[in-house]
Amino acid sequence: MAGTLAEKVWEAHLVRRGEDGSPDLLYIDLHLVHEVTSPQAFEGLRLAGRQVRRPDLTIATEDHNTPTLDIDLPIADTTSRTQIETLRSNAREFGVRLHSLGDADQGIVHQVGPQLGLTMPGLTVVCGDSHTSTHGAFGALAFGIGTSEVEHVLATQTLPLAPFKTMAITVNGQLPPGATSKDIILAIIAKIGTGGGQGYVLEYRGEAIRTLSMEARMTVCNMSIEAGARAGMIAPDETTFEYLKGRPHAPEGADWDAAVAYWRTLRSDDDAEFDAEVVLEAADLEPFVTWGTNPGQGLPLSASVPVPAEIADENERVAAERALEYMGLEPGTPLRDVKVDTVFIGSCTNGRIEDLRSVAKVIKGRHKSADVRVLVVPASARVRLQAEAEGLDVIFKEFGAEWRNAGCSMCLGMNPDQLAPGERSASTSNRNFEGRQGKGGRTHLVSPLVAAATAVRGTLSSLADLDLPADVDLTTFDGSPLDGVGAAVPDTVVVELPLPLPVLR
Amino acid sequence: MEKFTTHTGVGVPLRRSNVDTDQIIPAVYLKRVTRTGFEDALFAAWRGDPSFVLNQDAYRAGSVLVAGPDFGTGSSREHAVWALKDYGFRVVLSSRFADIFRGNSGKQGLVTGIVSPEDIEILWKILETKPGTEVTVDLEAKTATADDVTVPFQIDDYTRWRLLEGLDDIGLTLQHADDISAFEAEREAWRPKTLPAKHLPSVEVVPARPAGSQA
Repeated sequence: MAGTLAEKVWEAHLVRRGEDGSPDLLYIDLHLVHEVTSPQAFEGLRLAGRQVRRPDLTIATEDHNTPTLDIDLPIADTTSRTQIETLRSNAREFGVRLHSLGDADQGIVHQVGPQLGLTMPGLTVVCGDSHTSTHGAFGALAFGIGTSEVEHVLATQTLPLAPFKTMAITVNGQLPPGATSKDIILAIIAKIGTGGGQGYVLEYRGEAIRTLSMEARMTVCNMSIEAGARAGMIAPDETTFEYLKGRPHAPEGADWDAAVAYWRTLRSDDDAEFDAEVVLEAADLEPFVTWGTNPGQGLPLSASVPVPAEIADENERVAAERALEYMGLEPGTPLRDVKVDTVFIGSCTNGRIEDLRSVAKVIKGRHKSADVRVLVVPASARVRLQAEAEGLDVIFKEFGAEWRNAGCSMCLGMNPDQLAPGERSASTSNRNFEGRQGKGGRTHLVSPLVAAATAVRGTLSSLADLDLPADVDLTTFDGSPLDGVGAAVPDTVVVELPLPLPVLR
Repeated sequence: MEKFTTHTGVGVPLRRSNVDTDQIIPAVYLKRVTRTGFEDALFAAWRGDPSFVLNQDAYRAGSVLVAGPDFGTGSSREHAVWALKDYGFRVVLSSRFADIFRGNSGKQGLVTGIVSPEDIEILWKILETKPGTEVTVDLEAKTATADDVTVPFQIDDYTRWRLLEGLDDIGLTLQHADDISAFEAEREAWRPKTLPAKHLPSVEVVPARPAGSQA
């Protein structure tokens, strides 16, 4: 029978097919753990006298709570410190590999998996974090779980799951200059809504997706959850294999050949049937920005703040009125006139090296708008080190931005990086919920390019609003190092860590 | 897990759509390492508003939440379920739930019943015109009754069975430990292992300093 990519990965992990309406039991290849959603799960194991079944399929990192300044000092917030110390002691007790603050492999869990080469096509990947969908960019079936499920996976390395429906999202053609993968996904969410993906695994296809770099694909899959979907996937191809090859945990020798041969079969068959299909034309896309308090409330930057009175659906009208009141926006105001206080560049959505390169390319030789605070937070310590090796940190500092250590940071404001009440941000993160970046904070979700242009002008802006030098190539933002800046990748020397890691500092 | 058959308690009309888990419990409350004690964090931002439904005496003791569509979207935090339960809620009714939230609820004995938008509207009107009205939720019959109105709700059969029996998922799965071991024996060699740990050479990460003190 013809199958979709998601169905093929599902079938390959079937420990036991459910009978009489009970769910299937699926094997989990990779379990990512962080400090916020794991303490109660480890406590559950302890109370039941259970062990971690497969510590060798489990990896932990500190990201949500970690400060991005003074990381060598004790964490000032005592509850954050307790939570991180709890993860450290749990990792020691249960023998789980942990990358702690200050370690070169510490960072946002969804960057750590891919950069270590642990995230691969055809895997099932879970984490107690909804943005686990990021890993679907490799052709893995990856989804977020709650703490009870974290405990379940720790204890059994499996999950009971009812099958998902499948939705094909085809993006035809080529993106116009200045538009990015972030604009693709914001446009998709605006089109299908925050509940449109409910119960589905999304598969992104089409020319515009194929031509994206690996990191840009991760941005698209990352925000699948904002459309309500548990997971988003992209079939693996040469771009995927090239990204993986040589990474510390990538297969080697005969294992690599066997893996690639299998990975090439991981695509939806031509006659596979999806439960739903959505088609977008990339050429129609332009830089997107959200105006409201959920990621579906987005519009092209050239538009104006919507007028609720013109919205026919009563629920949507009420929601829009509420959102505009919270956001402090006047209906009909051109989005380009909206002034921001803070620009946040980072998160598991857009905190990777290509994102930082593209921002640096735009701001190089400029200075930020006087009233704007600009925060640049790499997704991981390795990303930070790479950026420093390329000299990007100097460009950010000369621009007037703050160059921080790695973590989730202002994406959700669990650490001190927060918006003050009423403060407005242009943020490359993934959620514009009320209070997400700090109580009373107002968030506009944007791409890194829009964030960069906004930081220059102080109002929501795109590259078209900047007087960019003629020699800046607008078509190669993803993936290419800055001209004239050394982009040497460190040698991939593989070493073994002593375990459990020495953690408390 | 405690068995759930029927529950009767004050219904709370929450006339909002897209109630994301950041609204149910803001991230600053997620730092605790316990599973209980989250009642104060429930809807923390909205509880500051005196007109918020849970600040009205008639609804304060509510245990059946009747919410707008797309309840529980966003973050996977199970703390959202713990906060609802710690406050006293046993049931949430909505026309559509986010997948992860619905799954988390089922693990924790919080019933999430899917009710048609029209019936949600009917329940809202009853609960708004007669504040303090009790709603009886019958999981066996899959119905919710307020006043003289009974509406059906949907919940998947497996979750319903587990809730009715009060069964723990891990215990159920471990009944199939042999199947898991058999599956593991067949896994391909290329699939990654996190141990022994491999990574790029260790490099010192320079701590960033607050603005002004940065070089």
